[in-house]
Amino acid sequence: MPTSPIIEAVGLVKRFEDRIAVDGLDLAVPATECFGLLGPNGAGKTTTLRMIYGVSKPTSGAITVFGLDVARHGRAVRGRLGVTLQENVLIDSLSPIDNLRVFGRYHLLREPELSRRIEQLITDFELGSHARQRAETLSGGFKRRLAIAMSLINRPELLILDEPTTGLDPAVRHVLWNEVRALKARGTTVLLTTHYMDEAERLCDRVLIMSNGKAVCEGPPRELVESRLAREVLELDCTAAEERALLEGLAAVKTLRSGARLFVFADDVGPLALRAKQLEGAAGRSFVVRPANLEDVFLASTGTSLETGA
Amino acid sequence: MRQHAVSWPHALSVCWRNAAMYRRTWKLNILPNFFEPLFYLWSIGLGVGAYVSEMSGMPYVQFLAPGLVCVAAMNGASYEVTYNVYVRMHYEKMYAAMLTTPIEPEDILIGELLWALIRASIYGGCFLLVTMAFGVAPFPRSLLALPVIPLSGVLFAAIGLAFTLRANTMEFFSFYFTLFLTPLFLFSDIFFPLAERFSGPWLLLAEALPLLHPVRLSRFAFYGAHGAQPTAALLLWDCVYVLGLSFGLLLYARGWIRRRLTA
Repeated sequence: MPTSPIIEAVGLVKRFEDRIAVDGLDLAVPATECFGLLGPNGAGKTTTLRMIYGVSKPTSGAITVFGLDVARHGRAVRGRLGVTLQENVLIDSLSPIDNLRVFGRYHLLREPELSRRIEQLITDFELGSHARQRAETLSGGFKRRLAIAMSLINRPELLILDEPTTGLDPAVRHVLWNEVRALKARGTTVLLTTHYMDEAERLCDRVLIMSNGKAVCEGPPRELVESRLAREVLELDCTAAEERALLEGLAAVKTLRSGARLFVFADDVGPLALRAKQLEGAAGRSFVVRPANLEDVFLASTGTSLETGA
Repeated sequence: MRQHAVSWPHALSVCWRNAAMYRRTWKLNILPNFFEPLFYLWSIGLGVGAYVSEMSGMPYVQFLAPGLVCVAAMNGASYEVTYNVYVRMHYEKMYAAMLTTPIEPEDILIGELLWALIRASIYGGCFLLVTMAFGVAPFPRSLLALPVIPLSGVLFAAIGLAFTLRANTMEFFSFYFTLFLTPLFLFSDIFFPLAERFSGPWLLLAEALPLLHPVRLSRFAFYGAHGAQPTAALLLWDCVYVLGLSFGLLLYARGWIRRRLTA
């Protein structure tokens, strides 16, 4: 049964004095899904988030969250969601427990509920061993986990994560991904921004790729890859002349060029790989055959131009 | 409900955040508040007082005390709402985090005002306590000066907040302290009675100085109609000035905090 979306934005525009940050964006985030907002730096992701939780006023367009107009019910909406900002905002001189306590007060949580909730979050995020030391002495991974735990203090129905794993090492990223999955499993809707495509593919049911404030494409990650590109990709360095020789006689193959690197997309790149091996002067030159991924869609959508055919 | 109305519970949670930080270090923080008046008493009482035996008909150290209580409150409020608010806003992004919760910019303004008021009261209160303990301030009469401390605090919190919300770099604060607060400190009836040294238009101009008003109230609280003999009308004017300017500047700051935080 289709339910109404948790977040719905129509014709969202945000104009600053000197530039347009968001330019006519439509967005619908279904309940209990993980929705990814992807795009390069400066695409308008953070501005979009700020408008969704009502701290930045759209120049035009309308946003409802939980069916409420954010412009008029900002406090009520923010009481039911949690936001983890790009930068960890912690009080360095206080312990994780005290940081959680201060944040809980912002939501007007009172004892004994506040302490119960803090205890739960310390357990869920495995912060127990560091719960009483000053926040400034925590490692990057622990700081990030604390920041996310803080945004969950009010048991939000919607969690907004602005670049949750930027700058963290792979092990910590896996830990955080597991936490996001666990939240989703408990019925929390998640909206995240990232420029890591692997993160989006692992976590998101749906993604929307943004560039220059506009939506470039939207859909489930796997579907986006296969409908916009193809299942597989062959990657190699070659000249324009070699490219012509490689693709000669092949009908409607999608290619993408990034400097000397050529990407060729096809549902089965086996025959192409044979040709690539036979390319004159290409002997010993390495090429890669791999499944196409969101990274390719991202590059094709926002950076290098995507051409159809040779 | 009116939009942008202050929610007092949320404003208190902002104030509580600062208190939670302060609570860990208050023993260290409060120590200077006791030493500062001691240094004044020592230097003025034993040093300057030996040369300047009387001012306005009382020992010099007694003349100084009520004004310095106001200065302590002024300093307490000023440090909070200038450097500390600026750092929370621009470097620590503390307000950005608060605005992800039901807190609105107006709540932050009032929360910071309340906290500055508490800090001003701690500064001014310690000063008053020490001067009383050393017999410089008449006991118990000078307890009447207690309400003047938060009054002085609210005034300089409002001035400082308005300034901080318009400041684009931290460098502006050195102007604020040396070109604004220091002259106030020197020309607000604290060190000498203005009325005995200046006349006519200069005295009228001096009425514009914010610190003058709490100082006059404080001295009246300490000694009553002694020396300069302020009239009831003048004291009423002092109260109106302090409350009026504070209110006006807070309205101004309220518009600006929203602009600053919700772009």
